[in-house]
Amino acid sequence: MNEPVLTVEDLHVWFELERGGELHAVQGVSFELRPGERFGLVGESGCGKTTTILALMGLLPSSASVAGRVLLDGEDVLARGEQSVSPHRWTDIAMVFQGAMNAFNPVKRIGDQIAEPMKLHGLAEGRSTRQRVGELLERVGIPAARASSYPHEFSGGMRQRAALAMALACKPRVLLADEPTTALDVMVQAQILQLLAELADDFGLSLVLVTHDLPIVAQVCERAAVMYAGEIVETGSTDSLYHDPKHPYTRLLFSATPDLYGEEDVVSIPGTPPRLDRELVGCPFAPRCDRVFEPCASIAPPLRPTGAGHAAACHLNDPVMRVAS
Amino acid sequence: MTSGNGSAPLLEVEDLVTSFPVPRGVVGTIRGRPKLAVEAVAGVSFSVRKGEMLALVGESGSGKTTTAQTILRLVKPESGAIRFRGEEITNASGRGLRSLRRHVQLIFQDPYESLDPRFRVRATVEEPLLVHGEGGGARERQRRVREALVRAGLTPPELFLDRYPHELSGGQRQRVAIAASLVLDPELLVADEPVSMLDVSVRAGILTLLDELRSSGLGILMITHDLSTAAHYADRIAVMYLGRIVEEGPARDVITSPKHPYTRALLSVVPQRDPRAAATPQILTGETPNPIAVPVGCRFHPRCPIAIPECRDVDPELRVPAGARAGHLAACIRA
Repeated sequence: MNEPVLTVEDLHVWFELERGGELHAVQGVSFELRPGERFGLVGESGCGKTTTILALMGLLPSSASVAGRVLLDGEDVLARGEQSVSPHRWTDIAMVFQGAMNAFNPVKRIGDQIAEPMKLHGLAEGRSTRQRVGELLERVGIPAARASSYPHEFSGGMRQRAALAMALACKPRVLLADEPTTALDVMVQAQILQLLAELADDFGLSLVLVTHDLPIVAQVCERAAVMYAGEIVETGSTDSLYHDPKHPYTRLLFSATPDLYGEEDVVSIPGTPPRLDRELVGCPFAPRCDRVFEPCASIAPPLRPTGAGHAAACHLNDPVMRVAS
Repeated sequence: MTSGNGSAPLLEVEDLVTSFPVPRGVVGTIRGRPKLAVEAVAGVSFSVRKGEMLALVGESGSGKTTTAQTILRLVKPESGAIRFRGEEITNASGRGLRSLRRHVQLIFQDPYESLDPRFRVRATVEEPLLVHGEGGGARERQRRVREALVRAGLTPPELFLDRYPHELSGGQRQRVAIAASLVLDPELLVADEPVSMLDVSVRAGILTLLDELRSSGLGILMITHDLSTAAHYADRIAVMYLGRIVEEGPARDVITSPKHPYTRALLSVVPQRDPRAAATPQILTGETPNPIAVPVGCRFHPRCPIAIPECRDVDPELRVPAGARAGHLAACIRA
């Protein structure tokens, strides 16, 4: 009962650097996605959130090497590289890219591009393709006749709607959305988020929403994971992450985010994230942390449970560490 | 209340109109089709005082950036008046314009593009002094460069003087850009989305810096699409829609008791940090109409949830709505 649709186990991604050496972009990420769930993956630039979901889609460049397991209904889709991912791409697991501007080929009609994944998987041919494209467009709020338009004839909001139509073309069960509203105005953002929630309900989708924007995750997702320096540092219900954070980074990130009605001061987090092209020692957040204590510099804190459905990677939650220091 | 102290505002903008010609194309020109123009700014008035931050808030196409560009005279106004320290600069040229650009400084959105990658911090910050032939000898200029870096929070300056932009973080780059705008000791800063390209964890630092500069007496006009940021840092907020200010007032009043239906809708869709925040988003359909075809009557009426037939005829003026405090204005006949 309620088996996860998607399980990510100890995912690692390394990028080979041109000047030599490697960048360890994702450092042992694990999470589960349950059926119909909306899960947020939050973090700042360079934390590995986009790399993580590109790895799930098997869309990383050839300079990347991947380790770990990605189970889709129990089957490891990473096991044999492209060979094992491609049958699932778009049909089981689909993605909406950041900035729909670049997601479409500028010289091809929108309708033809939406049809592409269907053709690739032999799911529709000839007239039925055109009909299906029309239905998909109507479903995301675009008149079917606009299938013959080119991407530049669409506004940013319409392109993002079309990107959703394309992602849904092969009726996937898992949708990965990478900053789907980042370049959009606040009213258009609200329209797209509402549409995303409706589609998730109608199609029975499980959603992974990747964003740097905590308030969006707070309003859209039930659960979320906060990433820092390639790792998940805290995960739990969005409610508990806001009201009872167990990792200083989560708490500080919320305090750095201005709120419409918030009275308290907005505070920035000093320092910068660590470089990922060298080995990390101790807690990666320690140099910027306001609660740093003895073990942080030398011992990396593992992600450990701190309550029902909640886990954090911080020594503060470990009574043994606190007593020892 | 405004931080008004009886003195004349630093910047006064009155009924400003800025329009751009719409290309007719070769065929259109040959056939002599009528020349069309888009009014990106369609009659905007506001003022900024010393020690005050005004946030100009709006979606893309609202005209907020064009307003800023017109004030800096990067774009020529069609009509209206711009006064800086009481002096008319609407049609200034030559020396008048140079003086304007010395006292009013612009901070750009993208610190990755606004800094010359070949210049060390020292040279970037010194450049405005050289351009305006100020700062005396080399030693005096170096003193002012250091001072500007300290004011921008880059301390000790020795740590940054010889660095190149690629050796700095995004937040540090924006601080260098701010230092370069402070070195001339300006009176007004125009900040166009100063933090939207930066990571959340460093945004507050830049905004707090602007807030400190405001406290020290600078006037700041901040252009932003982010209502939460405006709510937190601005003294006053002006909400723009299709080239007009539709609501203006003390930040707190505009946020907690908005009078214009557009402002109310915008506020209702801003995501909040607390998942328990009970939001009833009032999602407007469609997108901001094309400024080539501005609706007659109230320009917001086709999307307005409370429009009445009269709204199709009356182009409402900004006035103090019922129940609003002084200084709070809205352009809505139903407010």
